[in-house]
This record gives sequence, structure tokens and C-alpha cells, in this order.
Amino acid sequence: MLRGVNLQVRAGEIVGLLGHNGCGKSTLLRIVATLLKSSAGDAYVYGANVRTEGDDVRRHVGFFAHVPGLYDDLTARENLAFAATMLGLPSADIDAAIERVGLAHVTHERVRGFSAGMQRRLSLARLILQRPRLLLLDEPYNNLDIAGMALVNDFIRDLSAAGGAALIVVHDLAPAAGVLERTVTIRDGRVAVPTAADLTHDGASPQAVTLPAGAAGIS
Amino acid sequence: MAFKDDLRRIRAIVWKDLTTERRSKAGFNAVAALGVTILVLFGFALGPDAQALRDAAAGVLWLAVLFAGVLAFNRSYQVELDGGALEALLLYPGARWAIFAGKLIANLIFVTAMLVIVVTVGIVLFQVRIPAGWPQLIGIMMLGVVGLVSLGTFYAAMSSRSRAREVLLPLLLYPMLVPVLLASMEATKAFLRGDIMNEAGAWVQMLSLFDVIFLVATFLAFEYVIEV
Repeated sequence: MLRGVNLQVRAGEIVGLLGHNGCGKSTLLRIVATLLKSSAGDAYVYGANVRTEGDDVRRHVGFFAHVPGLYDDLTARENLAFAATMLGLPSADIDAAIERVGLAHVTHERVRGFSAGMQRRLSLARLILQRPRLLLLDEPYNNLDIAGMALVNDFIRDLSAAGGAALIVVHDLAPAAGVLERTVTIRDGRVAVPTAADLTHDGASPQAVTLPAGAAGIS
Repeated sequence: MAFKDDLRRIRAIVWKDLTTERRSKAGFNAVAALGVTILVLFGFALGPDAQALRDAAAGVLWLAVLFAGVLAFNRSYQVELDGGALEALLLYPGARWAIFAGKLIANLIFVTAMLVIVVTVGIVLFQVRIPAGWPQLIGIMMLGVVGLVSLGTFYAAMSSRSRAREVLLPLLLYPMLVPVLLASMEATKAFLRGDIMNEAGAWVQMLSLFDVIFLVATFLAFEYVIEV
């Protein structure tokens, strides 16, 4: 699917990943997150190779996937407490993270009864708790209302201000307006120069960046 | 330090698995009900002869645990697959074996609880006389459960990403479980008969050996089957 993507995201940078359905955007994120192994090529996260140093990579990466990755029969707080334990983080920040995403009123309720948007917010709270150095977001605005989208954007900006980087897969640039510093288009498995078809409905022109062959992968 | 972190993760996974199971209830009830149903069906098939029932008790008991156990192993990963929790689990840093250890311990507790129900019903249905050395019999059963659960948890992980996992798991698991099942059945049978021929010891040794082999092999191989 991917045929030699050369791309570098610097610390503090927020990069949008564009492209048609099935072009490999999500695959690229999953390779960087160590959820998929590439058949060839290398990617690095803060110097750690995703193929050979997966555990080091996972210490830096936070992944906001299509699916919430929560346990239905645990409460919102228990889901975050589990995540905090698995990440080796103090549980003192759990309540603040839940409050920040606006779920304080359902903190002791089971996730089974949550709407899709509430589950997305709780997934975001997990990332807020984790504060990763590289944030990978796969269509982060799906199922979120305007306030939820603003929460995502605020978190991305905060993380970037603290020196973290973000790589965001988006189909519509409108919700990410004012957040993305640059965009990269994937076409036919490669980083491509955008065409008119890549333009969004508001006319914003994504700025494609083609890095020279042989440049470091994601670092 | 890293080992201490892994122990913390193991505890968290055990707690999470048991809590979700306790709250959903459907899983344990279904598994225990299947185990008891199998006992009853075998009871019907064997007929009213009390001696025939007693002779078959050990084999039937282990088959009931095996068939019901497969349901439990599939369920333990179904919880992870619902809502993409398995990916979230794999994204946490730390050794992969810690995930396996957590699932293994949770499944051990789950299958042991199911075994208590199946054995109790089996004793009544098959008119089994409880031998004087029953604590040793419990030891044999636990050895059998360790072998069953270590392979079951491993193969459930292997088949978890397959669409045909419900079919794939028994196909993979049953052939590999033959030595554990055989040793468990024969050791249990010998003990229930009072171990007149002193044969239980050899079966227990064989069972212990297979437990060690399967535990070591599954812990080492888990990392490779859980990653894509």
C-alpha cells in the first residue's frame, strides 16, 4: 500500500495527513504506532526504530484511533485508572482529565451506556493523561460535536506548545483549521504534490511537502 | 524496576478481566452451564449403571472442562476485540509477556471457578466416591487446569484476529491438548480408584512436565502471535 513515504515531523510540529480513502494514511499511522510492521523501510520516533525498538517507541506515542479502545463494563474512571496503571502514571490526574473532556458527571458510569461521542471524549482523556511526545490521530473529529472538536484542537495545541509533535489524518480540513502547521498528501502510496481534488470545500490549499529520498522517516 | 512495572501491569489486567467478567456475568454463567450440560448429556449416554458412571467420571469431567474452557478462552479475547481495546492494550509500553501473564491468571481463576461447579455436579451425577487423598486430587486437577489454560490462552490470542476464531481455536487447541488431557484423565481416574497400581505418580510427572513445557513455550511465543 505504501511505496516509500519519506516524511519528517519535527518536535512541536502539527502535520495533517491527507489523501483519498485507502491511500495508506491510517496504515502509516499504525506503522508508526507499532501496531503494524512494514514489509520494508524504517520509521523512527525520537530516535527509536519502530521495527526493532517498539517498546521505546510506545513510551512516546499516543494513538487516537477510529475505535475508542475502551472496556464497556468498566466505568469511565476505571478505564482511565487501568490506562494509568498500564502506563505507569499516577492516578491523581485521572479526575482532572475526565473533567477536562466534560465527562465529570458520568465518571462512575459504565462506558456501555455512553454515546459514540462520549466514548471519543473518554479516549481523548486517556491521551490527556498520557501526554505523549508524538500524537497520532486517525480522523480525530469523527463522532464529536463542535465542543468536542475544540477539545481535540486545544489538546493538540497544548501538546505542541510543550514540544510534542502531532500527525493527524483528516478528510475535512475545516475542523482542523488553525491547528495544522502543514499538510502532507499521500497518493499511490507516496507523498505527493496536491491537486485541485485535494482542496477542501472552503478552498484552503493543503501544502504538500515532499522530502528528499533517503531522509529519515518519522523522527 | 522493569519487572516491578510488569507485575503492576499483570495485576491491572487480571483486575480488569475479572471485573468485566463479574459485571457482565453472561460469560461465566454460559461457560458453567455448558460444562454442566455436557456432564448431564454424558450421564444420559452412559445410562443408569452406577459403576459405568463412576468409571467414566474422570474422562467426562475433563471433557466437560475442555469444551466449556474453549468458550471461556474465546470470550477472554472477545472483550479485547470489542471496541478495539486489544489495540489499546498493545499500545501500552512494557513486555508483551505481561499481557499474556495477566490473561493467563484471569483465565486460571475463571476456569478454576467453573471447575468447582463442574466437579461438584459431576460428583453427584456420576455417584463418585470422594477418595481419602482428595487434597492430592485437587492438586492433579490444578495441574491439568494449568496445562489447559496456558495453551487455551495462547491459542485464543493466536486466533483472536481471525474471523473464524470460534472454529479455529478448537481446531488448533484440541490436538495440542491431547497429552495434558490424557495425563489429567488417567491421573484423576487412578486416584478415584484409590491408586492401587501406583500409576498416578507417573501420570502426574508427565502432566507436570507438559505444564512446564507449555508454560515456557507460550510465554516465549506470545509476543510473536499477538503482533501483526
